[in-house]
Amino acid sequence: MFDGLRKGLAAALKTLRGKGRLSEANIREAMEAIRVVLLDADVNFTAAENFIKRITEKSIGQEVLRSLDPSEQIVKFVYDELVLLMGPVDTAIPFAKDRPTVIMLCGLQGQGKTTTAGKLALTLKSKGRKPLLVAADLQRPAAIEQLRILGEQIQVPVYLEVAESGKPVPTPVEVCANAIAYAKRTLVDTVILDTAGRLHIAEMPMDELKQIDKQAKPDQVYLVCDAMTGQDAVNSAAAFNEALELNGVILTKLDGDARGGAALSIKEVTKVPIKFIGVGEKLDKLEEFRPEGMAQRILGQGDIMSLVEKVSKVQSDISKEELEAQQKKLREGDFNLNDFRKQFEQIAKMGSMKDLIGSMPGMSDMVPAGEDPEAAFRRIKGMLDSMTREERANPDILDQNRRRRVAAGSGTQPHDVKQFLNQFEQVRNLMRAMSKMSVWERIKMVSGMGKMGAFQPGAKLKTKGDTGHRKTPKERAKERKNNKKR
Amino acid sequence: MFRALLDKLKIGLTKTRNLFAGVAGLFRLKGKVDHDFLKELEKKLYLADVGSAATAGLVDRMKQAFLDKEIDKETELFVRDYLAGLLQIEGGREIKINPDGPTVIMIAGVNGSGKTTSIAKLAGFLSRDGKKVLVAACDTFRAAAIDQLVIWCERLGVEIVKGLPGSDPASIAHDACDKARAKSFDFVIVDTAGRLHTQTHLMRELEKIHRVTSKVIPGSPHEVLLVLDATTGQNAVLQAENFQKVVHCTGIILTKLDGTAKGGSIFSIKQRLNIPVKFIGVGEKIEDLEPFDPASFVEALFS
Repeated sequence: MFDGLRKGLAAALKTLRGKGRLSEANIREAMEAIRVVLLDADVNFTAAENFIKRITEKSIGQEVLRSLDPSEQIVKFVYDELVLLMGPVDTAIPFAKDRPTVIMLCGLQGQGKTTTAGKLALTLKSKGRKPLLVAADLQRPAAIEQLRILGEQIQVPVYLEVAESGKPVPTPVEVCANAIAYAKRTLVDTVILDTAGRLHIAEMPMDELKQIDKQAKPDQVYLVCDAMTGQDAVNSAAAFNEALELNGVILTKLDGDARGGAALSIKEVTKVPIKFIGVGEKLDKLEEFRPEGMAQRILGQGDIMSLVEKVSKVQSDISKEELEAQQKKLREGDFNLNDFRKQFEQIAKMGSMKDLIGSMPGMSDMVPAGEDPEAAFRRIKGMLDSMTREERANPDILDQNRRRRVAAGSGTQPHDVKQFLNQFEQVRNLMRAMSKMSVWERIKMVSGMGKMGAFQPGAKLKTKGDTGHRKTPKERAKERKNNKKR
Repeated sequence: MFRALLDKLKIGLTKTRNLFAGVAGLFRLKGKVDHDFLKELEKKLYLADVGSAATAGLVDRMKQAFLDKEIDKETELFVRDYLAGLLQIEGGREIKINPDGPTVIMIAGVNGSGKTTSIAKLAGFLSRDGKKVLVAACDTFRAAAIDQLVIWCERLGVEIVKGLPGSDPASIAHDACDKARAKSFDFVIVDTAGRLHTQTHLMRELEKIHRVTSKVIPGSPHEVLLVLDATTGQNAVLQAENFQKVVHCTGIILTKLDGTAKGGSIFSIKQRLNIPVKFIGVGEKIEDLEPFDPASFVEALFS
């Protein structure tokens, strides 16, 4: 399957190798191939369309790497995007400290709720918790008995109520409430409610589930979903989420050969994370969900990991090469705005603005105090984008006319552009100065002066730290006077 | 009977209209096959789990039919008739009866597809018809599976042959066939444990049950019914393929059609493996088992 995708992509992209950039036209066929792969993996139709739209937008303009087959690059790209979409995963279950934590399992019929309840209890037990299983499925014949047997197998207590003759049959709502009251009296610290399977469109059963939710007030509600589910997964997941506000999804029967596209659809539609996966009938077969494994599965069996590694390596080699070239330029002092922009974009791709400030020389000074860094960076990017290549290569030619044009193009004021250019000039001078310094001098300079705000025009170096002595009004007046003089 | 099914399906659909599946009416564009029509048809088929290969084939077929001026009626009707035609089979969908003794029906399928419930419904269906039914509880693996079947049989007043949990399912099938022949039962329904079609050792166990019944009652099992969950996606085709290899399925029980899933994978299964759907499950109650009808199935697909 995976090889099929690779071949299909390779054919669709064969003209692209080693040249140019990806465009909507030249990747259309490849995207169609990916769409079919997703649909064959049971990703919901609408979710697949959205995914393809997003990934097309993201790929357009990407450079085709010289040493790679474009299909490899695209597969890696799709893989990354799948991982991103299905993650991040937090498989930790938050526990209450002062009372038993209540976990409720719900879902359609035949998804594997009862088995999963047993697996979850065993997992918790092995982590030192004291779970109690609650047989709240009063619908399916012998469901209570099934849970009782499972509890026996894993040595976990099971709370069950059997209808006594002459007394009214207990409702699932009552059973759950009684079980929690029972748990509070005993040493149990986690209660797992195994509710009956029900159709998401059946009003009465769904109302019953809402009642249990209201009365038992579970800390965590998990939807149990069969990994083989097709297009309908989104319908049921959305309905259960609407009724109960799910905290997580447990995907079952992944020991078969289902590709599990439901994982992507459910996450995409409900935003509820997948926490665990069931990978076998035995009770120890519950694992934490890993988006990497799932992404691989959706794309099909095959050696995707080695491909992912290969592409990552090439990408890091390339950025290393570029980095070295840039550093060389820095050393030689002919660092211009084109380099600045490239570095800016590269780092922006890597993540948060906080990282960006730290990892680019002079960056922290381009953000005025009190301003949102995101906004400041957008402004700078706007200015850079409004310049011609020539202007970036040689910022000195940016005269008043040109600055005015850049300001208009980026929605800023001409004096903002001027200020930015001044700051850049200072950074460049610093680079030049640094290239002539010894390593020690450089470290001293970066660690010391950077913090003191040495690059900010008009900023003064403060030499005295806080003495810890609270000044008298007289002293303060004297200081003000001194400051004014300076 | 079909009316009841349709009503049920329609109720289900109105309830979910605001959810994900609700797609604007495909057949508002009458008598014309254009790009938009084909796009909409493609979407409908995909959302019904028809799958990429079958969907592409159907869309191409419609395009060709339009070019060849084959469409002699409203496009809506043409598409429907064509799809229903794909599900037609030679002969009927009745259970094949053994004229010389008990008819053995073996039930197989993956975990949670609804085997036990389907067996109860089938046993109810046959015993309401005045037939003498014996159930063989061969799911000795899942906790309380036997109890589940026992409870159903008590409710239906149907006899059951069972063993201890963990015992050999083939020997229970053997005993049941023996008893059915000796006490002249009309039907033996053999329940089997749910198994994923990728578990080779369990598939061999299934093969063994099959072999053992044929030894006791020659020519049996007369029917091997695969229970498929309509909510299952493309994996349904793989399930059918693998079960077919091992026990030669004679038909399908398509369950859980009372939800919002459409069970469109049966087109691929029919085309590639020629296994017809014989019954559908449309609810939790014992009488919610109905004979399959292509026309109403297709209607539900597009309603």
